[in-house]
Amino acid sequence: MTDDLDDLRRALATPPAPDPEARARALALAMENFDRLQGSTDPARSSEDRPSEAVPLNGVRRMLKSLTSRPALAATTSIAALVIGVAVILPVADLRLDQPQTAPTDLPADLPTEADQLADELATAPEPTDLGEVAKAASPPATAARAPVEGEARLRSEAVADAELSGGLVEVENAVVAAAPALADAQPQPLPDSEAFATADANPVKVTAEEPVSTFSIDVDTASWSVLRSTLNRGAMPTPDQIRIEEMVNYFPYAYPAPDVDQAFAASISVMPTPWNPGTRLVTIGIQGALPEVSDRPALNLVFLIDTSGSMEDPSKLGLLKQSLALMLAELRPEDQIAIVTYAGSAGLVLPATAASDRATILAALDQLAAGGSTAGAEGLELAYQTAEGMAGDGEVSRILLATDGDFNVGVSDPEGLEAYVAKKRETGTYLSVLGFGRGNLDDAVMQALAQNGNGQAAYIDTLSEAQKVLVDQLTGALFPIADDVKIQVEWNPATVAEYRLIGYETRALAREDFNNDAVDAGEIGAGTQVTAIYEVTAPGSEAVLNDPLRYGSATAEATGGELGFLRLRWKAPGEDSSTLIETPITGEEEATDETRFAAAIAGFGQLLQGSAYLGDWGWDEAIALAGSARGDDPFGYRVEAVNLMRLAQGLDR
Amino acid sequence: MRMDTPDEMLATAAAQGDRAAFAKLVGRHYDRIHGLAWRLTGSRAEAEDLAQDICAALPAKLRHWRGEARFTTWLYRVVVNAAHDLRRRQATRTRAAQGWGDWEMARQDEIVTEAAARDWLAQAMTRLSPELRDTLALVLGEELTQAEAGQVLGLSEGTIAWRMSEAKKRLRAMAKEDAT
Repeated sequence: MTDDLDDLRRALATPPAPDPEARARALALAMENFDRLQGSTDPARSSEDRPSEAVPLNGVRRMLKSLTSRPALAATTSIAALVIGVAVILPVADLRLDQPQTAPTDLPADLPTEADQLADELATAPEPTDLGEVAKAASPPATAARAPVEGEARLRSEAVADAELSGGLVEVENAVVAAAPALADAQPQPLPDSEAFATADANPVKVTAEEPVSTFSIDVDTASWSVLRSTLNRGAMPTPDQIRIEEMVNYFPYAYPAPDVDQAFAASISVMPTPWNPGTRLVTIGIQGALPEVSDRPALNLVFLIDTSGSMEDPSKLGLLKQSLALMLAELRPEDQIAIVTYAGSAGLVLPATAASDRATILAALDQLAAGGSTAGAEGLELAYQTAEGMAGDGEVSRILLATDGDFNVGVSDPEGLEAYVAKKRETGTYLSVLGFGRGNLDDAVMQALAQNGNGQAAYIDTLSEAQKVLVDQLTGALFPIADDVKIQVEWNPATVAEYRLIGYETRALAREDFNNDAVDAGEIGAGTQVTAIYEVTAPGSEAVLNDPLRYGSATAEATGGELGFLRLRWKAPGEDSSTLIETPITGEEEATDETRFAAAIAGFGQLLQGSAYLGDWGWDEAIALAGSARGDDPFGYRVEAVNLMRLAQGLDR
Repeated sequence: MRMDTPDEMLATAAAQGDRAAFAKLVGRHYDRIHGLAWRLTGSRAEAEDLAQDICAALPAKLRHWRGEARFTTWLYRVVVNAAHDLRRRQATRTRAAQGWGDWEMARQDEIVTEAAARDWLAQAMTRLSPELRDTLALVLGEELTQAEAGQVLGLSEGTIAWRMSEAKKRLRAMAKEDAT
């Protein structure tokens, strides 16, 4: 012994090498449970091609797949049966989650009661599939006296199953119950990709009497639509986590009434029968931002923060990005300024602030961008903010346009820190928008979070025409905010609305009290843009009411004149700290237009893709017919494109 | 190029259902899990079982991965907790096994033989309290700093420092005892 820790340190330094077989067994088991968990609770993920650097992962996957333990498990079962014949009851609860075992009922009556409890516990507890030990117990030379000892040893090893482990399994079991049993085997293997989508469960139906107030932040992102379009165009159905209905609906321009001269925006309401449910109505809230005289717009300082990491080396990524920015350049004015910051390996200022009129210099700088290196997003972002702050002048608008294919948080230990950083910088008046390019490792979740915190927009650019829409046609809206922190709160009248459901906006929900709290951030509206929100509401007494009325609830609201609800909007002028309140009653008399019918068709499309439970028999044909009949004035063909995508999805869904 | 994707990214991707990321993650860390399990239990067989149980539970556990700590810190915590549960259950079993007659006798005999075969390390470790053992396994074995070990065990750095000096004292006392 020693009076120092050195001996101990030396002794502890080299653990025995793990047994390769045990290792393979544990890893195979881990993968099996992983698949079980995915297969039962999650739908299959999209069939993305992985970028080349991920190929080694596929190799690992192949290797693990070949290590399937099916024969070994079959052996375990039969050997265990033998053991039961010899002496003791060995409840074999298979660790594989799809083979629940039941407790043996023929326990010897003379066993102590603790043993009963033990057996019960073990029947549900998972057990390591330790073939060797069982085999020993069942091997011919084992005497009757020896077998019980082994049996006890085995019981002991079963006891090893830790409490947390069984907790995890309970979760899995519940999930399996929830999934349709027939689906469990038919579920295709989840394919690997590192895309991450911001997703939340669909908003549930709320009972007005219990929760009359619904509060959310507006959302001007459109990424979800372009992502699902690119997925469909490659012949795959988008997965439900790629669907954010509000972003699909808000992708399209709507001709809502323009606001009065002194107003930042106008809210218009329409009420129509729900296409997919005759027992309910859709209440559509359309918000139209004012379009200030374009010639009066303030000078613009733009910092392109461009991801030039190796994964951007792709015509649909860096190539498209260069073309898109060149396209946008034509829309800028001589007094606007451009700077370019790249990040990859180390962040660098590629183009210092340059007047937009100096097209040759800017185009040359764009042209020289080449991909290579890994992503140092945080550093690049800091440099971009620094550059933007250096460019800012009085009354000018500064915005960072982050163009990336995903891998943003490499090197940042906590993505939340990055978001907090962006949120802090928002106070300095520099906005941040995110443009996503390419597929494979698109980190939609981080994109959305950054844009949301940066008071900007998240758009996904998959084609040059999408670049045209986002960066040219809607340049003013995308780059010039007219109202910050726009929050919507609807109070439903329990006398006329028994239940309601907000379609989409799951990732934008706010707490009721946040509505009046000006410190709580919310979405921004750009010049001339529209935002649409759709509620499905059910009248009391309708056959479509899902919840039974409360016995002791009372709804006496004749005094409100049969209003459906009351809409409150809060917004701030850009840069202001205090908000303005706008209030409008929802009377139920507001008429539907082609605009709101089209929005309803898109919301229906989104729910079809999500496999929503609320649609009943309403299907692709109905969605296509509704969208087709509500095309209205569609100068750029966006709505025609939507109809075509619905038809494509219908074909793929068969 | 991502030559070596950080654990945290893999864990986040795996938590979101990326199979390849999960495979890579467990493949990368199995030895680490096994190693710490061995340092905590002092037995190769137990370490193997513990590592397997942890691997089996990892998919479900990852659902609670929030990326708030370094992945290895999170993983160490999972291993330490699993080892604690194992100890707790072993204690329960020992009590429950009282009165199993011949079985128990045979088993106890086996345990004695096993214990005799254990090396100096196991003896030293088993004579320390579980708390000190955990601390030593992390600080000496895994070479964590006292702050990191504190994070894993959910204790302050000061507590770890105190435990280390306590362990030193105990070892010194043991050495004296053995010498006499």
